Amino acid sequence: MPETVIRVDALSKCYTIRHERKAHYATLRDTLMESASRLGRRVLAASRRSTSTESDLTCETLWALRDVSFEVRSAERLGIIGRNGAGKSTLLRILSRITEPTTGKISIRGRVASLLEVGTGFHPELTGRENIYLNGAVLGMGKAEIKRKFDEIVAFSEVERFLDTPLKRYSSGMSVRLAFAVAAHLDPEILVVDEVLAVGDVAFQKKCLGKMHDTARSGRTVVFVSHDMGAINTLCERAMLLHAGSIMEMGSTRDVVARYLEGANKLYSPIHGTVEGNDEFRLISVIATQSGKLVQNIDCRQPFTVELDYEIVRPIRNSRLFVMFRNAKGEVIFGTSDFDDPAPQALNRKAGRSLSSFTIPGKLLKAGPLYGTVGMDVRNERVVFAAADVLQVDLFDPESDSQSERHQRGGTIAPLLAWNTTYPGVPASQPLRGCNEIASECTMDATRK
Amino acid sequence: MNPYTLVIEAGHTEREYWKDLWRYRELFFFLAWRDILVRYKQTAIGVAWSVLRPLLTMLVFSVVFGKWAKLPAYGVPYPLLVLSATLPWQLFTNAMQEGSNSLVLNANMITKIYFPRLIAPASTVVVSLVDFMISLVILAFFMVEYRVAPSPRLAALPLFVVLVIAVSLASAFWLSALTVKYRDFRIIVPFILQFGLYVSPVAFSSRIVPDKWRLLYSVNPMVGIIEGFRWAILSRSVQVYWPSVFISIVVIATLLATGIRYFRRTERMFADII
Repeated sequence: MPETVIRVDALSKCYTIRHERKAHYATLRDTLMESASRLGRRVLAASRRSTSTESDLTCETLWALRDVSFEVRSAERLGIIGRNGAGKSTLLRILSRITEPTTGKISIRGRVASLLEVGTGFHPELTGRENIYLNGAVLGMGKAEIKRKFDEIVAFSEVERFLDTPLKRYSSGMSVRLAFAVAAHLDPEILVVDEVLAVGDVAFQKKCLGKMHDTARSGRTVVFVSHDMGAINTLCERAMLLHAGSIMEMGSTRDVVARYLEGANKLYSPIHGTVEGNDEFRLISVIATQSGKLVQNIDCRQPFTVELDYEIVRPIRNSRLFVMFRNAKGEVIFGTSDFDDPAPQALNRKAGRSLSSFTIPGKLLKAGPLYGTVGMDVRNERVVFAAADVLQVDLFDPESDSQSERHQRGGTIAPLLAWNTTYPGVPASQPLRGCNEIASECTMDATRK
Repeated sequence: MNPYTLVIEAGHTEREYWKDLWRYRELFFFLAWRDILVRYKQTAIGVAWSVLRPLLTMLVFSVVFGKWAKLPAYGVPYPLLVLSATLPWQLFTNAMQEGSNSLVLNANMITKIYFPRLIAPASTVVVSLVDFMISLVILAFFMVEYRVAPSPRLAALPLFVVLVIAVSLASAFWLSALTVKYRDFRIIVPFILQFGLYVSPVAFSSRIVPDKWRLLYSVNPMVGIIEGFRWAILSRSVQVYWPSVFISIVVIATLLATGIRYFRRTERMFADII
């Protein structure tokens, strides 16, 4: 049974947000006296133990972490995910001893190295060589260790030619590569990383990920915070979901990531009835249906329908209702609008509630999460309304055969097209081997010219 | 497997801290090395500046206070009187100036990595020591020039060097911690130093201060140090007022102890408020 290397007990962290209070004093003398006495009080207050000694009425406390408890075992890779403001970075900062907890305790066994930022300590006046030593020292490597790994670091960073030029002459890509090269050669027992996984161009990013994989697999304990679900899935076996300072879920990476993605989309299903809009347009719900049923997981081989329930508050002319679809990587797959195939009523929208829908053909899109952004704009003028990622569905391929391999290929869509081939010794005009129709308008020419 | 267990708890960082100071000693030297390198890389004059500064001070003060104002030097060449005071004064000024800014300037490191924060202001004192060494060489040169031979009292010099380092550290600790919270000190410090240059006996001998004020005057720790420097370096005709040295030692010890205490107390908030 591997031993526990990090144990967190009832950890809490509170920040005080002070709002500047503007008071008006009758005379300059009063102002000066008040300021002087306040300064005196504050200098003394600063040396007292607690962090919030303000008796100011306009003081708000923000609990970045509330009663967090968990354990990390040796050689485990723990991913920490959560929305912005959930407390992930605060947790890492406390683990790295940069800031103190308000209550609670952490016990750590082993040397910890924290990677909260690449290039900490870099100074533009120093050369690359000098900065490697400086950055290494800042990260906790001893001089002897840096010397030993020096050549490896330089080779990894690919800036050998510029090693003796001042850092201020480097391009941003070069300095970031150098920074990562130093960080990648850290050799601690416990590594704490905050979202700084892959930097630089694609080729270098691959190297970074590769190095991270090696580190993870070589038996080190890794605590990793990221927004990149792909990276979390690959690197970590266990994950923790933080929300508003507390642990919402902790378990296998798969389950926790699913819970996180699911939670991100609870906003616009009709069941929850959240309405978003402005004084011209209100989106009541946007859902996906397949075979007549409301679904979250969609069979990508079958067509599915997107239904929009909305209300026009004020009549708008020449407006376009559109939905843009993107994938998990953030790439736009396509957009569709009712203006593409307009009905005369759409050109002059009247006030009132409406339902629009369109059907996306099967065998076109790639399996994976799909995010839809709904919006309305006036052509060449302005955007009336936009709500990003209000629709989130998951496309899956029910059959894992040779036909589903195309989901792994490059490209944002994976249409299943019919190929017509003439083989030697076979007559030319063979009937089509079955046009798997992508849409009712099959734009592919069915007969060979 | 390393059985070293670290406990992070609110208000309980004391035990590990002093051990960490030793563990992070390499970082301490790296920071000092970085500051020295940066200093000389940035200026066109480079090392020459460390030579020019004490020389120019000596020149100006000797002419203005020695020749024109005709302040007494009590049997010592005026330039040497000034130079022997410039040595500790410049060490103190540099350390106080750079030290008070050390935390704020290294803010990006303080919010991203852990190291015992005492290292930051302490390393600036090391940087000032480098200038100090250069000035010592200049002093030696001028002593030869004026044919003033060092007396056996020179052996006491290290004591005064330790004192000036201590007061530099004390002011660096106090001011760096205060500057994090109140940026006003960035403006206040240069003013205090300018003011201090004329209050402290750099340009003149402290013997011109009337006897009834001497004790009060000695509360300024630099008074005792500067007179001590002069006594150790220069000829037999220089006398030192021992009570002022004693008072200096007491003041410095108090400042250092309270400085470290204040620094440690406020340290836990640095990353949050910097």
